[in-house]
Amino acid sequence: MTILTETVDYPDRVDAHPVVLSVEDIHKSFGSLEVLKGISLEAHKGDVISILGSSGSGKSTFLRCLNLLEIPGTGVVNLNGETVFSSSNSTYSTNRDRSRTAKLRSRMPMVFQGFNLWSHMTILENVVAAPTRVLGRPRTEAEGMAMSVLARVGIAEKRDAYPAQLSGGQQQRVAIARALAMEPSVILFDEPTSALDPELVGEVLQVMRTLADDHVTMLVVTHEMKFARDVSTRVMFLHQGRVEEEGTPEEVFENPQSERCREFLSTSNH
Amino acid sequence: MLHGYGPLLLEGLAITIGVSLAAFIVAFLLGLLGASAKLYGGRVLRGVAEVYTVVIRGVPELVLILLIYYGTPSLIQSMVRALGPESLARFRVDFDPFTAGVATLGLIYGAFATEVFRGAIQSIPKGQIEAGYAYGMKGLTLTRMVIFPQMLRFAVSGLGNVWLVLIKATALISAIQLDELMRSAEVASANTREPFTFYLAAAFLYLAITIVSLFVIKRTEVFAFRGNEAKG
Amino acid sequence: MDFESIIEALPDLVDGMWVTLTLTSTTVVLGLFLAIPLAMARASGPAWLNAPIFAYTFFFRGTPLLVQLYLIYYGSGQFRGALESIGLWWFFRDPWNCALLTFTLSTTAYVTEIIRGAILAVPTGQREAAKAYGMSPWMRMRMVILPQSFSYAIPTYTNEVVFQLQATALVSLITIQDITGAATVRANRTFDHYELYLTAAVFYLVLVYLLLFGLKQVERRLTRHMIVTS
Repeated sequence: MTILTETVDYPDRVDAHPVVLSVEDIHKSFGSLEVLKGISLEAHKGDVISILGSSGSGKSTFLRCLNLLEIPGTGVVNLNGETVFSSSNSTYSTNRDRSRTAKLRSRMPMVFQGFNLWSHMTILENVVAAPTRVLGRPRTEAEGMAMSVLARVGIAEKRDAYPAQLSGGQQQRVAIARALAMEPSVILFDEPTSALDPELVGEVLQVMRTLADDHVTMLVVTHEMKFARDVSTRVMFLHQGRVEEEGTPEEVFENPQSERCREFLSTSNH
Repeated sequence: MLHGYGPLLLEGLAITIGVSLAAFIVAFLLGLLGASAKLYGGRVLRGVAEVYTVVIRGVPELVLILLIYYGTPSLIQSMVRALGPESLARFRVDFDPFTAGVATLGLIYGAFATEVFRGAIQSIPKGQIEAGYAYGMKGLTLTRMVIFPQMLRFAVSGLGNVWLVLIKATALISAIQLDELMRSAEVASANTREPFTFYLAAAFLYLAITIVSLFVIKRTEVFAFRGNEAKG
Repeated sequence: MDFESIIEALPDLVDGMWVTLTLTSTTVVLGLFLAIPLAMARASGPAWLNAPIFAYTFFFRGTPLLVQLYLIYYGSGQFRGALESIGLWWFFRDPWNCALLTFTLSTTAYVTEIIRGAILAVPTGQREAAKAYGMSPWMRMRMVILPQSFSYAIPTYTNEVVFQLQATALVSLITIQDITGAATVRANRTFDHYELYLTAAVFYLVLVYLLLFGLKQVERRLTRHMIVTS
């Protein structure tokens, strides 16, 4: 992970990287309650976008709409120039073309708040399952890949353990390895440290920092203000289903334009 | 359609319900005794209760029914004849099928009720009992005021299951000629040569008991946990 | 107690034991294979498929097994003409077939509901992770949900298998000489009811607890991932 010479110290340079993910005007309602009122986003290769907001702001729903755990009401999701979802084209919105959707969403895997490692599989099996079954990689190749990503998150020696035998922090590192093994275009993190005991948060954030250094594109819903500030290339603040404030960490944290965002930042510990 | 055998089926239904209720009461009491023995008894009582549940749960109901109905009289007879004086040489005992049925089913489901009560007592949060101690309760007072009412609450759904299985097991007593629902269906089938009609009718009557029971159990569960609904 | 009578009856009871075991194992295996797809349909299938399966399991779980057995064995006699004309009478004439059919229908109903409950007990997060990593619905069922549901189902399933072993005693009432049947036939001849039924009970006790021991090993294997060691 040291071969890369580029760093993300110069946000303006990131714009020179190709667009990986573009999201246009996502709306989503649960019954009569509209939780997302039109959210757009563009992520370039190597971007680390932190999504902030109080509970009920729609930040987790937004993330879940991207890999279609929730089906958006309207909007478009493009990944690497291919359409994953488009409400104006029924082929994508009705989820008919399932295997294609499945392949695409597997390029945008999610790391969950509650880890969600498959509890009946060993650590190695957890990391190997999707690459072999979904991407159709040969077993030996997938295992080699799995061992290298497990080493990358520092947990290779636990390959034969079951998730229940690991601490929360270890489980979340395995979950990150599982995402890396898909050779993802973007990794979605849904409050990855919220379910962890305070003393275990650090090890997970540390792994995420090294991924950022390696230019892995990440969308991170988080309450970790220090992480958002230090590691993000951009920060988005959601409020009541809308983007209330967006910019570089400096812009958002030092000089927030919106009243809501100022309030939010002043009440969060950072 | 039932060729006038409808009333016979209904009489059988009444006996089925009667046997079930009587056996359930026996099972309930045996279950309380068994659970108390297992949890609070000395080594001997614990051992007896353990053997009781292990044996009963390992042997088919039909075999136990046959063993008690046919076996017990012959055991008693041979014991009395072996020990008693010459005048008792022709000593005979016969169980009436209702008593034998109630006794056997009560004995069998008492073993299941024992496990239900044991589990229920163990589900009572420790704090409830400690709170009782803290306010000076012990022994019978603690049992009556805290343990028993709380135990019943946790036992409701398990006892409901015992009841549902017990009703169905009463059909086996037809094997010892008690005129319950199953036996009525047999008689009607034999006389009319329409076994399918009558066994199906019997099946739906059993199903009706099950449906009513499920409803009552549900209501009882709601009642047992009254005031325990999570507050938002 | 008349030990001689017991010893004389042992060969018959051992023969009966093979009948009991054959009937039990055939029923249990058939039941499991039929129950898995039914449970999948009950847990996540469309309503038009769900409703009739529920009606089926409700009927077979809500009525006594003996009634079901008589309904099929004696009841089929009412339709002898029709069954002969479609060439199925040979099947229903044989008590063995009727017993096998009844028990399979019954155990399938119970196991269907056991597995359905277990499928629904698999935490949502496990399904979501499978979805998020691009697994198809069928793959999610096969790779994640079913294997996990087995570990939830095994304790209840064990009870059902033991129940099924004991339930086979009913075949003695339709002339099949299983353990109970063999004991009855001899007891009616020698009047040693107590000795013979007691011996039959011992046979069942041994079989039941051997079975429980075996299934405990299976349970241990299926749930080893749930054991927290650290």
